[in-house]
Amino acid sequence: MGEFLTTGPGIALIIVAQCLAVIAFVMISLLFLVYGDRKIWAAVQMRRGPNVVGVFGLLQTVADALKYVVKEIVIPAGADKTVFMLAPLVAFVLAMISWAVIPFSDTWVLADINVAILYIFAIGSLEVYGVIMGGWASNSKYPFLGSLRSAAQMISYEVSIGLIIIGVVLSTGSLNFGDIVRAQDGDLGLFNWYWLPHLPMVFLFFISALAETNRPPFDLPEAESELVAGYQVEYSSTPFLLFMAGEYIAIFLMCALITLLFFGGWLSPFPFLPDGPLWMVGKMAVFFFLFAMVKAIVPRYRYDQLMRLGWKVFLPFSLAWVVIVAFLAKFEVFGGFWARWAVGV
Amino acid sequence: MGFADFAFYMFSTVVVVSGLLVVVSKNPVHSVLWLIAAFLSSAGLFVLLGAEFVAMLLIIVYVGAVAVLFLFVVMMLDVDFAELRGELAKFVPLAGLIGVVLLMELALVFGAWQSTENVADLRDAVTPALEDTQNTAALGQLIYTKYIYLFQASGLILLVAMIGAIVLTLRHREDIKRQDILSQIYRDPAEQMELKDVKPGQGL
Repeated sequence: MGEFLTTGPGIALIIVAQCLAVIAFVMISLLFLVYGDRKIWAAVQMRRGPNVVGVFGLLQTVADALKYVVKEIVIPAGADKTVFMLAPLVAFVLAMISWAVIPFSDTWVLADINVAILYIFAIGSLEVYGVIMGGWASNSKYPFLGSLRSAAQMISYEVSIGLIIIGVVLSTGSLNFGDIVRAQDGDLGLFNWYWLPHLPMVFLFFISALAETNRPPFDLPEAESELVAGYQVEYSSTPFLLFMAGEYIAIFLMCALITLLFFGGWLSPFPFLPDGPLWMVGKMAVFFFLFAMVKAIVPRYRYDQLMRLGWKVFLPFSLAWVVIVAFLAKFEVFGGFWARWAVGV
Repeated sequence: MGFADFAFYMFSTVVVVSGLLVVVSKNPVHSVLWLIAAFLSSAGLFVLLGAEFVAMLLIIVYVGAVAVLFLFVVMMLDVDFAELRGELAKFVPLAGLIGVVLLMELALVFGAWQSTENVADLRDAVTPALEDTQNTAALGQLIYTKYIYLFQASGLILLVAMIGAIVLTLRHREDIKRQDILSQIYRDPAEQMELKDVKPGQGL
């Protein structure tokens, strides 16, 4: 067995098993994230939330998924059938393949590539296609309006996300997630993480992540009070399930990104506790809780406010921050607080 | 045939086929989607060459920005494409002629192609040693040291193009009401609203 695993087919088998492990982790988390999301809104609104299927309603998501799968797929008469069916697949698959470069611990990463951040960014910029294709192929007005809004919104906030990431990359000197997390390691535990040197950008990144994933208060693409459900109006059954799942996976990915970039990934917050993947998962869960709380508490933005915020507030701030970080890192202010490559931590 | 060869032939086949489908697709939205497929496969080819930075940039810039813009414009066009196709048929001979001329020119250029013997040395002299630098770092060192002026100049050209586009389309009209965001934010409810107690059946 040991020998077999060093040959070509053996390595292929290991890679397939690793892929399945990551997919299983994401899908199982997804089941409980959707449940947690609904429970948190319910708690904020003083309702009970799902509580019938399974203990405490834990299996509600499973029941919902099963219901979606066995329903009939309705395709509108004027729809472009191929693109109509392709759109949810694109949305789901793209959300899924980003996880290939996310490390869960020092050695647990599926693809440890040099340009991991650029890869995430490239896949993220492709995700808009699922929405545009879905909206166009439905051949209907609300979906089309929703997809146009969504495309403009996602492209706008991608710009500020990119600039914020550049700040972190400048501090690290590498595009690899492993290097970024290792640069946050130190004797001070959580005070070594990037949230402290990059403090203002943590908030900007969190808000941009909300807008990028079409979460409230920026859920204009599916604004149910004006566009019914935006680009998803004509979708039913499994295609709708794929859209939904893709959206939640993208949100969970954003939680992972915040954790890796600003909150030390798998590093333990206290120097006397060991590092490990449990920290990573725990931090991701905390950020998902924040996402859910924002959805429960904040009212929806107006579209012109959203665009103004993206282009006139976030873009100048993050651009200025890139310049500031470049100076702070170059001249090694505070003994390389912003230049981890220089002090070699 | 190793895995790399297989991947090369797969990606190149997809590039060629989807490039062809860009031209022959009846629906322009499908054309743009095929164009995206071509871009993605070219990115795959770059990865096979070991140029992962360029591959990612190709996806981010061309697929993530340029093709989205194309798709935006094409989706919102309301043209009867069947009619347009009929019009196009008239120009097929001319287009074919131009294609043949271009192909001949390319053949002439490649037929007379000569490279000096020290071409490999010249290339090595420019790039840092690829054994100890990453792709991204090597490109960064080249662009920001040797070719800094050219790089800045190309950036300036893009800036000028952007300002030009804004100047051409910007119109200041006097006869419309504009939003003043600051005054909206600083409005005070206490000054703008008055609460009145309305007795039932009486009105104000």
